[in-house]
Amino acid sequence: MQLKTLLAATALGALMASPALAQQISVKAGVLNDRSGLYADLSGEGSVIAARLAVEDFKAADKGIKVEIVSADHQNKPDVGSTIARQWYDQDGVDLILDVPTSSVALAVNQITREKNKVHINSGAASSDLTGKACSPNTVHWTYDTYALAQGTGGAMTKAGGDSWFFLTADYAFGHALERDTSAVVTKAGGKVLGAVRTPFPGTDFSSFLLQAQASKAKVIGLANAGGDTINSIKQAGEFGIVAGGQKLAGLLVFATDVHALGLQTAQGLVLTESFYWDMNDQTRAWSERFAKLNGGKKPSMVQAGVYSGMLHYLKAVEAAKSKDSAAVMAKMKELPTDDPLFGKGTVRADGRKMHDMYLFEVKKPSESKAPWDYYKQVAVLKADEAFKPLAESECPLVKK
Amino acid sequence: MFELLGVPPQALFGQLLLGLINGSFYAILSLGLAVIFGLLNIINFTHGAQYMMGAFVAWMCLNYLGINYWAALLLAPIAVGITGVVIERFLLKRIAHVDHLYGLLLTFGLALIIQGVFRNNYGSSGLPYQIPAELRGGYNLGFMFLPTYRGWVVIASLIVCLATWFVIEKTKLGSYLRAATENPTLTQAFGINVPLLVTLTYGFGVALAAFAGVLAAPIYSVNPNMGADLIIVVFAVVVIGGMGSIMGAIVTGFSLGLVEGLTKVFYPEASATVIFIIMAIVLLVKPAGLFGRAA
Repeated sequence: MQLKTLLAATALGALMASPALAQQISVKAGVLNDRSGLYADLSGEGSVIAARLAVEDFKAADKGIKVEIVSADHQNKPDVGSTIARQWYDQDGVDLILDVPTSSVALAVNQITREKNKVHINSGAASSDLTGKACSPNTVHWTYDTYALAQGTGGAMTKAGGDSWFFLTADYAFGHALERDTSAVVTKAGGKVLGAVRTPFPGTDFSSFLLQAQASKAKVIGLANAGGDTINSIKQAGEFGIVAGGQKLAGLLVFATDVHALGLQTAQGLVLTESFYWDMNDQTRAWSERFAKLNGGKKPSMVQAGVYSGMLHYLKAVEAAKSKDSAAVMAKMKELPTDDPLFGKGTVRADGRKMHDMYLFEVKKPSESKAPWDYYKQVAVLKADEAFKPLAESECPLVKK
Repeated sequence: MFELLGVPPQALFGQLLLGLINGSFYAILSLGLAVIFGLLNIINFTHGAQYMMGAFVAWMCLNYLGINYWAALLLAPIAVGITGVVIERFLLKRIAHVDHLYGLLLTFGLALIIQGVFRNNYGSSGLPYQIPAELRGGYNLGFMFLPTYRGWVVIASLIVCLATWFVIEKTKLGSYLRAATENPTLTQAFGINVPLLVTLTYGFGVALAAFAGVLAAPIYSVNPNMGADLIIVVFAVVVIGGMGSIMGAIVTGFSLGLVEGLTKVFYPEASATVIFIIMAIVLLVKPAGLFGRAA
């Protein structure tokens, strides 16, 4: 008995003296997203898988960083998301929240993260306000934003002669931001915005709104919505002969998972903007294959890829700062260049905007698609500084002018 | 061109027609709910999930078995109706004697389970289902382009609704049913098999939901949440029409579709809530619903 106590005491002493173990940092990451609704396929459990892959690839355990990942469903409701975020930060010891699609929820989590001085790496939400007027020293906006989508799809459609627009806008923070940013691009290029209709979110029947868009005689109908809303709008636009009637559809935010749900027969020819597509190079293909094995054969969306990339960069920053203190980690994240197999090299700007190239894709015809998930062909590359809002025009108070 | 309330009449007619199409779905679904409530006194919260199952069975028929839309229109309601019979025999029957609330809880729980299973297997963003070749294209009505398929939806739902009404209100089978609703013990004493009637009625109500699901498959995405989004609206329709009233459910379904269609023109932001506003007003003025009898 005495011997046992003695041994235990010695072991404990040895543990405390060991320099490697004294540095042990444990990080708790929460993946907060839609796990059951219209955005569940593009974020959901796939984002949790992506975060786990990042921990695995970083070999966190070998570097003295212990990572625990938790997840929850915010049901696309700001109140639900806020409650979970508060509980995670206050009671469960969560250090950072990842993903958070649905801009209204993201803006709420952004605010709470700032109050609690934690870290939020957003991949799923679109509103450019996250690094604009609502920017925070505790938030990084990783994958894309409404400004970049507007530059990509909006710019390309206007250049191709689509100089009059009518918007179908999802009636919440995201839709409003996307409509605003795209309108700015269209007007700047000399085009006109003829009108917009705010559709209740989420919706199923868009025929009435499509008919209003048709009556506007606009050359382009901009779909400022996402997920199931976009799928239903495109499907029903086909049914009402809108594209056949000469008007063009601009899916301002379309994910690979949406194209999968639409089927190529309906989706062919759509022009869309994304920051990641699984079939871009050997590295993205290799990673996506690993991901698909864990995700029931489904390829990653750019949101899920962004969670991986963001988590990886966070861990690098923790390693460099030798601490998980939010201010120190945020400073390191902005100081260190980003580099990963999915998005390549990039940076995190002072306003929290992650900078990387965006890509303009066109959806293939059914005859061009050789394999399942073979959906896009690349049309153009938007360099990071054209895709994202220049700091000089930023509304973010963190940016010194 | 003259204008009506600030909107060109062409646009208005178009929107009214679209409202009628959406009303078709409300009508079939609320009819099923009304039939079930009338005889079983159960508020069938599984209805939305059963509508979704109808759409999924149609998709499975096409993709796994190569069975086309027309056959699925008949097969899917039968298949889903059989699952309804099983649910009634093994679950609902056991709680028939207790408070309504338990039926509501049970069916709500079942709906969550069914939706969860489909979501796990098929994801949440939906599956493509093409419009059958015979019904592609459309007609130019002058004031709008009417896709053939939508026209078919209105006709099919009108036929099904009126046939149901006829069977329940005008035939001998219907009279048994109404008698069993009124006084099950007495009806049974006359030698009519009431438990069988109850089971079949539930199966039929469920089959109606599945039929609406097949109709919806080509125009809405076939996804596990499609019923959950719709069912709340349909409940409001039933409440407005009056619980248990057959004709009430049909008329209210179509007319609320129209009201919603008009709201989409004048104030689109409110189109998701207008039905609930009407529900609140109706409950204040006529608590039994527009066509319901006061209990």
